[in-house]
Amino acid sequence: MSQWLAFAGSHLPTLLAGTGYTLTIWAVAMIAGFVAGWVLAVARVYGGSISRRLAVGYIELIRGTPLLVQMFIVYLGLPQIGIVFAPLTAAIVAIGINTAAYQAEYFRAGIRAVRPGQIAAARALGLSRGQAIRHVVLPQGFRIALPQWANEVVIELKYTSVAYAISVPELMGRAKEIGAASFRYFAIFCVVAVIYLVLVTVVTLVLDQVERRYGLRH
Amino acid sequence: MIYAVIWDNLPYLAEGAAITVALALTLLVIGLVVGTGLGLIQAYAGWPLRLAATLIERFFRAIPAIVLLFLFYYGISVFYNISAFPAAALALGLRSAAYQSQIIRGAIAAVPAGQLAAARAIGMTRAAGIRHVVLPQALRQAIGPWTNEALSELKDTSLAYTIGVVELMRQADYIVSATYGHQLAVYSAAAVVYLALSLAANWALTRADRRLAVPGLSH
Amino acid sequence: MTDATRLRAEHLTKSFAGRRVLDDVSLSVAKGEVKGIIGPSGAGKSTLIRCLNGLEPLDTGRVWLGADELTARKADIDALRARIGFVFQDFNLFTHLRVADNLMLGLRRVRKMDAVEAERCARAELDRVGLADKWQAWPAELSGGQAQRVSIARALAMAPEVMLFDEPTSALDPQSVGSVLRVMRELVAGGMTMIIVSHEMAFIEAVADDVVFMADGAIVEEGPAGQLFNTPHAAATRAFIDGIAAAHRGEATTP
Ligand SMILES: Nc1ncnc2c1ncn2[C@@H]1O[C@H](COP(=O)(O)OP(=O)(O)OP(=O)(O)O)[C@@H](O)[C@H]1O
Ligand SMILES: [Mg+2]
Repeated sequence: MSQWLAFAGSHLPTLLAGTGYTLTIWAVAMIAGFVAGWVLAVARVYGGSISRRLAVGYIELIRGTPLLVQMFIVYLGLPQIGIVFAPLTAAIVAIGINTAAYQAEYFRAGIRAVRPGQIAAARALGLSRGQAIRHVVLPQGFRIALPQWANEVVIELKYTSVAYAISVPELMGRAKEIGAASFRYFAIFCVVAVIYLVLVTVVTLVLDQVERRYGLRH
Repeated sequence: MIYAVIWDNLPYLAEGAAITVALALTLLVIGLVVGTGLGLIQAYAGWPLRLAATLIERFFRAIPAIVLLFLFYYGISVFYNISAFPAAALALGLRSAAYQSQIIRGAIAAVPAGQLAAARAIGMTRAAGIRHVVLPQALRQAIGPWTNEALSELKDTSLAYTIGVVELMRQADYIVSATYGHQLAVYSAAAVVYLALSLAANWALTRADRRLAVPGLSH
Repeated sequence: MTDATRLRAEHLTKSFAGRRVLDDVSLSVAKGEVKGIIGPSGAGKSTLIRCLNGLEPLDTGRVWLGADELTARKADIDALRARIGFVFQDFNLFTHLRVADNLMLGLRRVRKMDAVEAERCARAELDRVGLADKWQAWPAELSGGQAQRVSIARALAMAPEVMLFDEPTSALDPQSVGSVLRVMRELVAGGMTMIIVSHEMAFIEAVADDVVFMADGAIVEEGPAGQLFNTPHAAATRAFIDGIAAAHRGEATTP
């Protein structure tokens, strides 16, 4: 045990540097996915028939295929048509594309759960349709969607580990390197498991608080 | 040219897809058996067992699938020479068990308390009531959320690629190396296969859900 | 039409899925007038009043607010709606906003007031309905009667030219009804132009100048409150009013 701790300690700086990448990918992709998710959800609920169909097609395509494939297409496939990303950027783009589809579905469910009377009341005050959506439907829809959304945020934190497959030096990638150099794969993955456990627990606790404060159910 | 590459390698993609499906089915069965056990423990057992089940569940849900794959693959290799497929089935299966236990627990909670009371009233033991009355209803209710879990696991089988299972992604990789390129076309073809498998699985499970519908048992 | 006409509707028709819900309904209310609308469930009262501010699209017919036509092709319907107050049966307070922000949303976004002016205006209206101490409350923390008074204040804050009420007390427990009716009485006393759909017959009889009896999507009878309640012309009106009175005395309405 103490031997393992010494081993873990000696590699901790490298792993923490990797954790920095992990959190960067996660944060940027989640924010991009948040914005894109809302655009997709609004297009799917309120859009004309063309934008509605485009949104549905995108969401179903992304949710029907694995993140790993999406990441390979972004990182290895797109260069063939002249779109080249660095590994870190490719990981962010792929996870952003992925989470946008899932977030869109949770936001859509939230929008649908807003009671129709809320829009009627906003319109009765003279708010335009766009204003009613922006100031009443979206904030309420988000609060209703909060539990599912928080879940998605945690899921994507774990999925950032897929980025190691396109050689991003995040937590998982660093572990693989250390394993290859020391031949102590099991030991190093135990350390990594503990780090993820801590990250996920902290994020979950924070999101629980957010939910408690802002959650809304009818 | 590109079509020819895909066409010529279709058998390999099919082979990969077969392994993907086999892995998905195996891990889901492991998940169902272990997950139901965990769910029952969490719903009915005394607190020490309940605590243990909850800790196991939390552990498997907090750790990324890839990390679990490596942990199991290398961890088991220390004392037993395991190959990639069973290691993947076990790692992903137990992780799925954690998610499935949550589904089962929710479904058990949704069965009205009167059902177990009625079973006891006709002289059944508590265990028999759970086994013959509560659980069948709960499993029936669970098909909806279970569909989501199955589809999600189907996609996550692609992660077994990282420890060397020759499933769809690995086959796609081989094709890319063998044909010196065509990444975009080959990985897109793999994506199409996954999409087709997802749609087929969704169709089958939705149909099963409707087939098994019991009047008055809503969900 | 006289200059005093505030809201006027002519030949409104409306169908839901092929079923006629409004059948050639015409109605107008003059400045300072209080009009009551009564009738059995399903008569089309809610549909009518929602059509009056364009919440429900019409099939045919025209509606004017003063000299401006709501149903005109180029009408700025949002601007016109801002001049009409609407009170819903189930309040529809914005659940994600505190009482203060419920009152200020329209002032800020529609009236484009600055924060200071909006707050001053909103506080005055909240005070008018006797709930100044609920400024920071969430809608979920209010009783039904309080919520409905806040929703009235929210409508009043927009300084409407006419107020529409769709069964404002139907969702309330008996104790709360009084507090809402009291606020409405004060509005009547203040000279507000109002159209009120309600099952509170005594209240309508007391405050309305004119009462409309609706059934099956059409106006059966319209007249001064005292006349309509005491000597109705139509048999259907009499049956309805007698039925309500009987129900109030706790008698069976059918032999
Ligand atoms: N959105 C809708 N879609 C279909 N039918 C509707 C809709 N809204 C109202 N209706 C129908 O139109 C008719 C009139 O409804 P309305 O709500 O206007 O009646 P009401 O006089 O307000 O009744 P109540 O006293 O019960 O509120 C009813 O038969 C109702 O079922
Ligand atoms: Mg009504």
